Amino acid sequence: MSGAAAPATTPGSAPPRAGRVPARTRGGTAHIYGWLLLLPAAVLLGAFTHFPAVATFVESFYSTAKGGRPARAVGLDNYRTMLEDPIFWKSLENNALYALGTIPASIALALLMALWVNGKIRGRGLLRLAYFTPTVLPMIAVANIWLFFYTPDYGLVDQITKLFGAGAHNWLGTRGTALVCLMFVTIWKEAGFFMIFYLAALQQIPPVLAEAAAIEGSGRWYFFRRVTFPLLMPTTLFVLVNAIINAFRMVDHVVVMTRGGPDNATMLLLFYIYEVAFKFWDTAYGATLTMVLLLILAGLALGQFLYFDRRVHYR
Amino acid sequence: MNLSLKRMLGLAMIAGGLSAGAAQAQTTLQFYFPVAVGGPITKIVDGMVADFEKAHPAIKVKSIYAGSYSDTLTKVLTAIKGGDVPQVSVILSTDMYTLIDEDAIVPIESLLKTDDDKKWLAGFYPGFMENSRTGGKTWGVPFQRSTIVMYWNKDAFKEAGLDPEKPPQTWAELVSMGQKLTKRDDKGNVTQWGIQIPSSGFPYWLFQALTTQNDVRLMNEAGTKTNYDDPKVVEALQFWVDLSRKLKIHPPGIVDWGTTPKDFFERKVAIMWTTTGNLTNVRANAKFPFGVAMMPANKRRGSPTGGGNFYVFKKSTPEQQAASLVFMKWMTSPEQAAKWGIATGYVAVSPAAFETEAMKAYVKDFPPAAVARDQLQYAWAELSTHENQRVTKALNDGLQAALTGAKTPAAAMKDAQAEAERILKPYR
Amino acid sequence: MSGAAANPLGGSGRLGLLLESAGAWLLGLIWAAPLLYAIWTAFHGAEFAARLQLAAPLTLENFVKAWDAAPFARYFLNSFILVTSILAAQLVLSTLAAFAFARFAFVGRDVMFALVLVQLMIMPDILIVENYRTMRALALPDTILGIGLPYMASAFGIFLLRQTFKGVPRELDEAARVEGCTLLGLLWKVYVPLAKPVYIAFGLVSVSFHWNNFLWPLIITNSVTTRPVTVGLSVFASTDQGIDWSIITAATLMTSGPLLIAFLLFQRQFVQSFMRAGIR
Repeated sequence: MSGAAAPATTPGSAPPRAGRVPARTRGGTAHIYGWLLLLPAAVLLGAFTHFPAVATFVESFYSTAKGGRPARAVGLDNYRTMLEDPIFWKSLENNALYALGTIPASIALALLMALWVNGKIRGRGLLRLAYFTPTVLPMIAVANIWLFFYTPDYGLVDQITKLFGAGAHNWLGTRGTALVCLMFVTIWKEAGFFMIFYLAALQQIPPVLAEAAAIEGSGRWYFFRRVTFPLLMPTTLFVLVNAIINAFRMVDHVVVMTRGGPDNATMLLLFYIYEVAFKFWDTAYGATLTMVLLLILAGLALGQFLYFDRRVHYR
Repeated sequence: MNLSLKRMLGLAMIAGGLSAGAAQAQTTLQFYFPVAVGGPITKIVDGMVADFEKAHPAIKVKSIYAGSYSDTLTKVLTAIKGGDVPQVSVILSTDMYTLIDEDAIVPIESLLKTDDDKKWLAGFYPGFMENSRTGGKTWGVPFQRSTIVMYWNKDAFKEAGLDPEKPPQTWAELVSMGQKLTKRDDKGNVTQWGIQIPSSGFPYWLFQALTTQNDVRLMNEAGTKTNYDDPKVVEALQFWVDLSRKLKIHPPGIVDWGTTPKDFFERKVAIMWTTTGNLTNVRANAKFPFGVAMMPANKRRGSPTGGGNFYVFKKSTPEQQAASLVFMKWMTSPEQAAKWGIATGYVAVSPAAFETEAMKAYVKDFPPAAVARDQLQYAWAELSTHENQRVTKALNDGLQAALTGAKTPAAAMKDAQAEAERILKPYR
Repeated sequence: MSGAAANPLGGSGRLGLLLESAGAWLLGLIWAAPLLYAIWTAFHGAEFAARLQLAAPLTLENFVKAWDAAPFARYFLNSFILVTSILAAQLVLSTLAAFAFARFAFVGRDVMFALVLVQLMIMPDILIVENYRTMRALALPDTILGIGLPYMASAFGIFLLRQTFKGVPRELDEAARVEGCTLLGLLWKVYVPLAKPVYIAFGLVSVSFHWNNFLWPLIITNSVTTRPVTVGLSVFASTDQGIDWSIITAATLMTSGPLLIAFLLFQRQFVQSFMRAGIR
C-alpha cells in the first residue's frame, strides 16, 4: 500500500459518532473485544515499525560488530562521523532539492491531467490511458528505458534536441543535469498515479455547480479557483502526503540509472543508507543515518498535522 | 619439525579417512556460484559439476546459484552470522580482505598436502595470484577471471585514413589516432568520438589500466594503504581528463559502462576499453570488422585483473575442506579451465590451460581470445583493501569529480587519499 | 460529469481550447513514450533499438531470448504469491483493527490509534537496516514471507476502513443484534459488504505498490525461488556485457503485461471504486 492519510471527512458521508459502541459490548467486554480485534495488527505494526524505530535509535550509539568483535557502546561517535561526512550532507542537500523539485510539480501536473481527461477533450479515453501508464510499469523496468532516453547522442532526448540543432548532451553523466533527470522520471511516475485520485474526486463534484457558474458567466479560471480547487483540497492533502513520503522512499531509479553518481550528484538519503548498511556492512552507521530520515519524516508529519488541524479549525 | 610431521600425519589420516569413507558416506559440498539462474553459464557449471562427481564419486557438490557477485557475498556473510554456510564459493577476488576480516575463510596453504598440490597452486598466472595473496598466505584460487582490453572499429580506422590493422601502441598514438578518429559535423557537434573509457559504477577499474600503464600501484599488498595522491596517479588521471576536456576526443562527463558496447555498435566511438567478458557480445552485435588488442603503453603496458576466485570457508569439517581442495583442483585443471574459458569468454587461469589442444584450436580460430592472455604478463592486482567498498568509493568519487570538472585531478586525488587514510588507519 | 475545466463558456475561446488540447496531447505523448518505446523495441531487432525506422522488420525473438535467459515464470509466481498474501493479510488485519477502533471504547484506544498512524509516515521501506536484523533473528531472509511480513499490517488500510465503519448507521447494528448475530457475524454481514468500494480501492493501491516494490525485496531475497519480478528484472538487466534494450523491454512487457491489461480493461471501474471509497 501507499501509506498516507486520506482526508478525515468526506462530504456526504455520515458524521462520525465517536464514543458510541454497541449496547452489549459496553463495559468490560468492550475492552477485551477491542484489544483482541486490534491485537494481530498491533503486533505486526509494533514489530516492524515501532520496534525497529526504537532499535535504530539504540543502535546508533553502538559500533558495528565485525568478525568476532561484538558491537560496543561508542556514545555519539557515529553522529560525529556523520556530521563530518560530506556524502551525508550532499545526500541531504540532494534530497531537499529532489523533494522541492518533484512534489509541487507532480501534484500540479496530476491535477492538470485530471482536469483534462475529466473534460471534453478529444480522445479523452486514449489520453487517460497514456497518463495511466506509469502506474502500471515497475520503476525498475522503466528506469532502464529512461536510461536509453537520456543516453547521449542516439538516445531519444538527444535525437529530438538534434532536430532543433543542439549537440549531444550527457544528461546523466553531468553533475548539473543528473539529478534533474531523475526528478523528471519521478514526476512522470507520480503524476500519473496521483491523477487517478484527482479524477475520482473531480467526478464527485456535482455538475450543477458548473452549470450554475456558467449561467452566472464566471470564467473557467475563476470557477476553478473558487469552487473546484477548494473542493479538491482533501485530495490535495492526501496526494501531498504521498508525494512527501515518496520523495524520501523512492530510490529504485537511482539504483538502476546512476548509483548515486556522478560524484554523489544523485545520492539520496535512503540510497546512501542502503549503500552503508548493505554494501559497506556498517549497520551502526546505517542506523545513525536512518535516525536523520526518521526525524525528517516525523517533523514533516507534525507540520502536516498542525497545518491540517488549523485548516479544519477555520473551516 | 616434530610439529609439522604430526600435522602431516593428521592430514594423511584425514585423506585416508576420506578415501576409506567413500564406500560408506559421501562428503557433501555446498558450492555458491555468482550467476543468475537460467542463463547459459548455469548449464556450463552444472555440466562441469556433473563431470566432477563422475570422476570423484565420494564427493557430492550441491551448486547454488546465488545471483550477482554482491548477492553472493551478502548470502555468505548472512550465513556466517548463523545459518547454512557454504564450504566453497566463487566471490570477487577483491572481497578477500572483507572475508578475512569477517574471519570467514581459511588460507589455501592449510589445505595442501602433497607436492602435487603445491605445484598446482604455483601453476596460475602470477597476475591473477596478486589478488589472492596477502600477509604471506594465499586465500583465493583464480577461476572466473577477466581483464580489460581495447576494441577498435576497423571501418572507422579506414575512413580516418589509418591502417585498420594497427591499433595505437602508446598513449601518444592513442591521442594522435583519436584526433583523426573524432568526426564533427559542420556545426561542430561530434558525430564520432575517438576513444571511450567508461566511468560509471566502477570507474576505478578502468582507471587502474591507466595507472598500471603509468607504472604506479594503487595500494600495498597488506591492503592497508592506498597511493591515490601519488604524482603518477594524478598524471594518469590528468591524461584521462585531458582526453575529454582538453583534446576533446573522448565523450565529456561520466560515460555509462552499460551503454558503452552499444555506443561502439552504433559507431559513436571508434575505440572502447572494456572487459574481455564482452568478446562474445561484440562478436555477435558489431556490424563491422573489429579488432581486439592490448591497451596502449605509457611507461609500460598494463591492465588490472578482475573477476572471481574460489574461497574455502572456515565453518566446514576437515573432510569437507579436503574435498574442497579436490574440487578446486579439478575445476582449475588445464582441461577444465580451457573448456570454461572457451565456453564463457573468461580468461583461462593457467598457462597450462592455453597449452591444451582444445584451447590451441580455439585461439587459432579466434585470435582475439589470445590477446587477454598475452596482456596478462603485464597485469597487476585489482584495487582491493580492507573496507574495500568504502576505500574504492573514495576513489570512484574522486575520479568522477575530476572527470566532470568539479575538481582538478590533483585536488580530487588528494581528497580521495585523505578519505582512504581515515578509513584504513585502524587496520595498520 | 461535465468537468469544470472543459466548460466551454469560459472566456478562453476556440484558440485557447485548441492550444489546450495540443498541450494535453503533448503531455500524453511524453507520458506514454516509455511504454511506446518498450513496445517498439521489444518487437524489433537489437539494431533498431536506437533507430526508430518504420520499415524495420518485426520479430518475436526478443521475447524468446528473454524468456530463456531468466526464470520469469518463477519470478512471476513469486510476485503473485507475495502480492496476494500481503493483500489477504492486510484486508483481514485491517478489517479487525478498524472495527475495534470504530466500534469499541477500549482502554488506550486513542493512544493506539495514534501509534497506528505513525506507520503512515514511517514506512517499513525506510527501516531496512533494523527490519533486516529482525528477519535474520526470525530466520526469514530469502523467503516470500520475509518480504511480505513488514507490510501485512497496514495503517492506511486501518485508517480507511475505520472511516467507513464509523459511517455505518447504528440501526443496522441493532437489527443484526436482534437477529442474534455474533460479533464477527455482524462484522462480516453488515460492515464488510458496506465497505466494498473501499476494499477494492485499497486492494488496487496495495497490489500496484507491492507488484512494483523493489528495494526491500532486493535486500531480503537472493534466490530464484523467492525473488519477485522487479528484483528478477534488475538481476537480469545488470550484466557485465552492457545493456541490451531489446531484451529488457521484452522482459518488461512480459512481466507488466498482466497488470497492464487488467488496468486497461477495468480502468473505469477503478476510478469509480476510488470515487465511492472516498479516497480523494
